[in-house]
Formats: sequence, C-alpha cells, structure tokens
Amino acid sequence: MTKEDIIAKGTAAYERPVLMNDTPMHYCPGCSHGVVHKLIAEVIAEMGLEENSIGISPVGCGVFIYNYIDIDWQEAAHGRAPALATAIKRLLPDRLVFTYQGDGDCAGIGTNETIHSLNRGENITIIYINNAIYGMTGGQMAPTTLIGQKTVTCPYGRDPKQNGFPLKLTDIAAQLEGTSYVTRQSVHSVAAIRKAKKALRHAFEVSMQGKGSCFVEFVCTCSSGWKMMPEKANKWMEENMFPYYQIGDLKDE
Amino acid sequence: MEKETLFLKGNEAIAHAAIRCGCDGYFGYPITPQSEVLETLSALEPWKTTGMVVVQSESEVASVNMLYGGGGCGKKVMTSSSSVGIALMQEGITYMAGADVPCLIVNVQRGGPGLGTIQPGQADYIQATRGGGNGDYNVIVLAPYSVQEMADFVDLGFELAFKYCTPVMMLADGVIGQMMEKVVLPPQKPRRTNEEIAEQCPWASLGKPKTRGVNVITSLELQPEKMEIKNHKLQEKYRRIEENEVRYEITGSDHPQVAIVVFGCSARISQKVVDLAREEGIEVALLRPITLWPFPTQAVKELAQKVDSILVVENNAGQMVYDVRYAVEGKIPVTQYGRFGGIIPTPAEILEVLKKQL
Repeated sequence: MTKEDIIAKGTAAYERPVLMNDTPMHYCPGCSHGVVHKLIAEVIAEMGLEENSIGISPVGCGVFIYNYIDIDWQEAAHGRAPALATAIKRLLPDRLVFTYQGDGDCAGIGTNETIHSLNRGENITIIYINNAIYGMTGGQMAPTTLIGQKTVTCPYGRDPKQNGFPLKLTDIAAQLEGTSYVTRQSVHSVAAIRKAKKALRHAFEVSMQGKGSCFVEFVCTCSSGWKMMPEKANKWMEENMFPYYQIGDLKDE
Repeated sequence: MEKETLFLKGNEAIAHAAIRCGCDGYFGYPITPQSEVLETLSALEPWKTTGMVVVQSESEVASVNMLYGGGGCGKKVMTSSSSVGIALMQEGITYMAGADVPCLIVNVQRGGPGLGTIQPGQADYIQATRGGGNGDYNVIVLAPYSVQEMADFVDLGFELAFKYCTPVMMLADGVIGQMMEKVVLPPQKPRRTNEEIAEQCPWASLGKPKTRGVNVITSLELQPEKMEIKNHKLQEKYRRIEENEVRYEITGSDHPQVAIVVFGCSARISQKVVDLAREEGIEVALLRPITLWPFPTQAVKELAQKVDSILVVENNAGQMVYDVRYAVEGKIPVTQYGRFGGIIPTPAEILEVLKKQL
C-alpha cells in the first residue's frame, strides 16, 4: 500500500482544507500559526465565502499567509492592517474582510489602528495571534511578554519597572462600544481547536451580518522564540499564559 | 449633477471635484490649512448620492493605509493633509509605490520644519519629488496654481494614478487651498461598478473568482534576485512617465531676456512680476512646471538657450532650484529667491530681485 492509497479521497479521516494551497509552510515545528491558518481556510470554505473574502496579512511571522490560503490578500505595513480592512469593508460591504496579526503588530505598533477600527464598529474580524514574543525578528520582548519571561531583549526576565506590564488587548477590545464579539481561544489540543473553530466561524458570521467588530485572540506558542521543544511550549503556555490570558468569550452581543 | 460654476475655496473645490469625478472613498484627518476638504465632504454627504465613502480617520497614518486598502481593491481613493501630516503618511506612500497601488494624496503645504506654522509654504518640494519614503520610487506630483486646477487635478490625478498604477500627489499650498475663485465643475461621472473594476484592474483584490488566480497586493519580496527585477520594473514605469507625462506652461514675453521658473502660488505672484517688468521695459518669460515630477527638464533646457539668466522663486530655502540647475547644466546663471516660514513675497519685491540679476 502506497502513501497515496492511504490518503486517497474518501479513506482519509482528515483532509487538507480545499482552500489550503499545497505550499510548504515556513513555520517552525510546534508553531500555532499553521493550525489557525487551517481553521480560517476551513471556515471560509464551509461558509461558502471563498470568492467573497479579502484577508489582510501583517508584518511578522504571519506575513506569508497569502501563500497558504487561496483567497485574495493585501499585505499591510506593520500594524496597519485594521486601517486597510476599514477601507476595504466600507468600499466592499458584502465581502468578508479580516486581518491576521501578531501581538507586536496588533498590540504594539498598531494599537491605534486596532482600537479605533474596533471602536468605529467596522464590520471586520481581527484575528490576533498572541505568543508573547516577536517571532520573526528573533525572539524579542513583545507588549504581551509575561512578567519574568525571558527574551533576547529582557534576558533576565521582563521587569515591570523597566518594561511595564503585559497588555491584555482583548480585554480592552471587549470594553469598546463598537465590538460585537470578543473572544480568547487556543489551539493546543484537539478540543481547543474545535472550540476555536466555532468561535472563528461565529466571528465571521457576525462580521457578515454587520453587527460590529469581532476580535478573536489565539493564545499561541512560539517554541523557537521561547527556546522550548513544542510539547514543553504547550505545557508552559497552559501553566503561564492561560492564568493571565484566560480562555473564553469576553463579549457576545 | 450638471456642469456648474461656483465660487469656492481651493480646498472646497477639491471636495466637489472628488464627488463629481466618481471618487469611491475619501479618508482624512483634520489639519490646517486643508480641513475644509473633509468638512465640505461631510456637509455634502456624497454617500447618500454617489455612494462615495467618507471616513474621518484616527490619524494620517491610518488615512494613508486606508488608501492602501481601498486602492488595492481598484477603488478611486484619496486623502488630503498638510506637510506634517504628509510626513506621517510616507510609510503608506512607499508601500503603495512598491505594491503598484493607485491613489491620490493632496498636500496643502504649510511652513516647516516640524509643527512650523499654519501659514503657506512650499518646502515639501524635495520630499514630494524624490518619493519621500524609503526605497527607490517616485510619485507623480501635480502643482496647481488656481482653484480651477485644484478641481481639475483631482480627475487628472486619478487618471494618471490608474494609468500607471501609482500614487499621485497634488502638491498645493495654503494660499491655493484657502483663496476663493470662480471654478467650473464638470458634470457628474458615475462611480465604477465592481464588475468594471474587475475588468479594468485585473490586479485588484476584490475577492477571488474561480476564473483567475489569487490577487495579492504586496511590496514584499525576500529573494534579492526577484526584488531587483521588481525594482527594475518600477524604474521602467518611471521612465515611461517621464517620457509621456511632463506638463508645464510657458507665458510672458516671446523674446525674453530673463526667465522666472516657478510653481504653485509663487507662479500666481510671479505672473504679476512679468507685467510689472514689461512696464519697465524688461522682457520676462515665465515657465511654470505643472508636473514637478516628472520635471520639465527639456523645456527648462531649451528656455536657457533663449535667456541670459533664470530666477527661481519658491517659498522655501531653495529646492526646485536644484532641478532647474540640473536642466541648465551651468550654461547660464540660475539664482533662487525664497521667502519661507509662511511669508509670501510681493510682486514688487520679486521684481527688485530680478532687476539685480540683469
């Protein structure tokens, strides 16, 4: 029996989502990005929005998402994705418009664009990948880096006197009048992935119904940046990230 | 809306012209001396008539990135700001240049540097004509000198932006933006439908039908070999623009002994200088570049063969004078007279300077 026989259509328990391109991903082993990408591809296809979706990719590890999901994309300047999304959705109100941003992009350099697009109630979804570190540039401290967490720019651990506190952007998003659905999810287990997919679909539905802005945080690992094996990174995330960034819906109106 | 003649400020004319030329979206942040653009659009409420979107953004950084998003969908989008705000927009402008995204940016210049003054200036010439942001790129720069041109250059700006898939800048100033003149507005052009955009702009990210591959709007290319090719393509585009889109106007004497090269509001003042000089028996030609980039290098070169010297008048410390000297190649003297910090020279003052160099 060849590999092709094993994964032949109809026999496989799981298949590559139809909108995922057959392109090798650049992500490190254990990285959460690929899982979130798959969820996006699945949800868009299941909602039948493949011809009606425009995604905005960030600057950071997620920049090349446009190589992996078979829809139209725009690649924004660092942090500016919600500004692009604002214009695109206003000009093409019947399209699904979403951004895909990391914590440096969304909660650091782009905080202004993030908060104001959400506060205006733009009918977009912001997908926010929080792995508490700058991955692409080599593991520097992010706005979301935990107190005591070591990175190459806080090698002795984040000290609030020097670096301030980890930003809970999702909690801020939930306070804004313009947001309709705000949630924090993770993709570290099969159960978590299933819940996350439901949340993502709900966000896209709310966006398409014109009920306001949606903000979906994924608490993620960065095994390379954290300098941990993938399994340990998952465990570290559960023990350290989840108590501070608590999983669940923050707002659903 | 039919053709109509109104008495308007330059900034108001921009707003009217935008609606009438079928603009899809305006995204702007208030700043003196151009706030009337957003104010007029907000009062005219074009979203109720043509469907044009108007958004007051949270910053100039957001405005310009809204342009990037809208332009990437093949929509006619524009913003306006003034000097310090335009400085903030340079990030978005270089991204759009790198990603071949069309848009129109209006700079109603004020005096600088820094917060400077809200009075008029022309000190953003070098920033505008050399790209302004990072990397090797140019934007087409149109310099209006009347309220009528403020209106006309909106439509022309979009035409050029889409012809070459590039950002276009209208480099106006506080004088032209604030002064009131009679302006003839064209009849209403319909906005393009999404189907028309898909046909005319096959690169636009409107959502991917099964009939084509993905459209990705990006300036990124990590492989240096590919990035060099991308840069060469950009430069080829700029050479085509230089070949085809130079615009200028020569007025004044047919047998000049001296020439003034001047743009924008300084050109309006210098027109009077030509008349005053003639009364004193001095024959002056006035060359007004309408496109500052591409610069009318050949026209200046030819003019230099007919006159003894050239005076460049600009409300800055000497910026366009570099382009004039480049064109003249040292063959005749080129001097520059600049007032800045919001001061506008009088015709009599310029005439005195002119007489000294005869």
